[in-house]
Amino acid sequence: MALPRITSPHATGSNRTQQVMLQVLLATLPGIFALTWLFGAGTLFNLLWASLCALGFEAALLAARKRPVQFFLKDCSALLTAVLLALALPPYSPWWLTLVACGFAIGFGKQLYGGLGQNPFNPAMLGYVVVLISFPLEMTSWPAPHSIGLVEGLGHILGIASLPDGWVQATALDALKINKSLTINELHATSPAFGYLGGAGSEAVNLAFLAGGLYLLHKRLFSWHAPVGMLAALFVMSLLFWNGSGSDSNGSPLFHLLTGATMLGAFFIVTDPVSGATSNRGRLIFGAGVGILAYVIRAWGGYPDGVAFAVLLMNLAAPTIDYYTRPRTYGHRKPTNGFKVGD
Amino acid sequence: MTRYRDITVNGLWKNNPALVQLLGLCPLLGVSNSTVNALGLALASAVVLICSNTAVSLVRGVVNTAVRLPAFVMIIAALTTCIELLMQAFTYELYQILGIFIPLITTNCVILGRADGFAAKHDPARAAYDGLMMGIGFGLVLVLIGAARELLGTGALFANMHLLFGPIANDWQLTLIADYKGFLLAILPPGAFIVLGLLIAGKNRIDQALAERAKAAAPEAPAQSRRVRVTGVIE
Repeated sequence: MALPRITSPHATGSNRTQQVMLQVLLATLPGIFALTWLFGAGTLFNLLWASLCALGFEAALLAARKRPVQFFLKDCSALLTAVLLALALPPYSPWWLTLVACGFAIGFGKQLYGGLGQNPFNPAMLGYVVVLISFPLEMTSWPAPHSIGLVEGLGHILGIASLPDGWVQATALDALKINKSLTINELHATSPAFGYLGGAGSEAVNLAFLAGGLYLLHKRLFSWHAPVGMLAALFVMSLLFWNGSGSDSNGSPLFHLLTGATMLGAFFIVTDPVSGATSNRGRLIFGAGVGILAYVIRAWGGYPDGVAFAVLLMNLAAPTIDYYTRPRTYGHRKPTNGFKVGD
Repeated sequence: MTRYRDITVNGLWKNNPALVQLLGLCPLLGVSNSTVNALGLALASAVVLICSNTAVSLVRGVVNTAVRLPAFVMIIAALTTCIELLMQAFTYELYQILGIFIPLITTNCVILGRADGFAAKHDPARAAYDGLMMGIGFGLVLVLIGAARELLGTGALFANMHLLFGPIANDWQLTLIADYKGFLLAILPPGAFIVLGLLIAGKNRIDQALAERAKAAAPEAPAQSRRVRVTGVIE
């Protein structure tokens, strides 16, 4: 007799991979809307092209690995990787930049390790870092808000037309890093990169991602530990090293929370169940590590923002964190890890 | 006695120092960012390898086993110093670019590995031939990685070959992809690891295909030759 392999008949299947991925995709909508509103349709082109590339790479590699293509494409994990990557790349990125990023994210970040659930690194962040290291000029070309029209933007993506000078504007984190002479108040008054609290535009984008993330938290798609760990660590670090608002300022805690990739990272990247830590305590440590490293790179590193690097570094540390934060199983004593002195 | 044919196959493919033994990875990954650097170091390593294998084979009867490794390293270090001085004299710019990696040939595990593992047990002719084959096997992989990284990183091949071959190589540079943006990752250290990993994967895939083909071509075992099972039912 063949018994159907069904577990927990009362569970309605809302925790299937596809459902989870679709929920997360839904939660990126406020962020997509904010980015499109501020920086034009470039984000939408990025999304469309990145999705096509990622699904194409995923299908090709699954076929090469002789795995069921349709089954794995339908779980939407490649689509989510593409969407997160497209949101991280500058709007109106050239087409080949997105292609390379997606190729590395899906090929080297995911399929070479064995596909969904086997990747030690977050694929989207891996793809992002690869292009960030390889193409610094294109990756630092973040457009000024409301600066590019639809047609000229499309021409730039396809590489057939160049944009007028001055479409690129330093982001707030850029401006803060290269600033040597102006106080924070002067920066806010003179530099177009600064908004009310964070960067112009990026504060609204961060709030939108925060809203999406809170929706996911409400839906209990992830626990609060990793995002809270990251945001708290970033807040504490920026508070500890907040050296006033002179010309050598590292930026205020609120500035760091509302600028760059903070909220996207906190709610959509460090919550990745595959490449992150497993236990709740582990997630707290994992998130805090990302927050601390991101701040260290922002304040003293060579790059204006460090969330992607921080996530990859902590991905490397995740197995170790898991090893030292194994929860006690009911009926067993607490496991002892490493050497035990005495006893 | 080891046959020359086996030495060839071992050095170039079956026991390739870079793809199978994974020895000498430091120079392999460190200087393979362009074809000319890779070729320069490959030649230097191969020469040291051939000479050290011959020398070690010649002294194998006189060196006490207990002190053989220090003795071999002394021989290798002396030969490396010769190569270093030669490169300083004839290819000074390349010598400056390769920098620390030339003295580091001394510590290249391929060379000490072959000295202790092969040359110390074989006659000078075979030892020298093994050095040549291992040197070629190592050098081919090194040049392949160098060329792949240069092509991916800059879109061109054989740039600056005059550093090695003199003025006649001034116009050897092939720009294969015009107007290339430059893929910096390939030139940076991660590129070396990724390209080497792909090469190893490619070699394993070829070996797998060859094994499958050999298995398909092998004649079926005769029907009567079943192995006797010592447990369970005897068929």
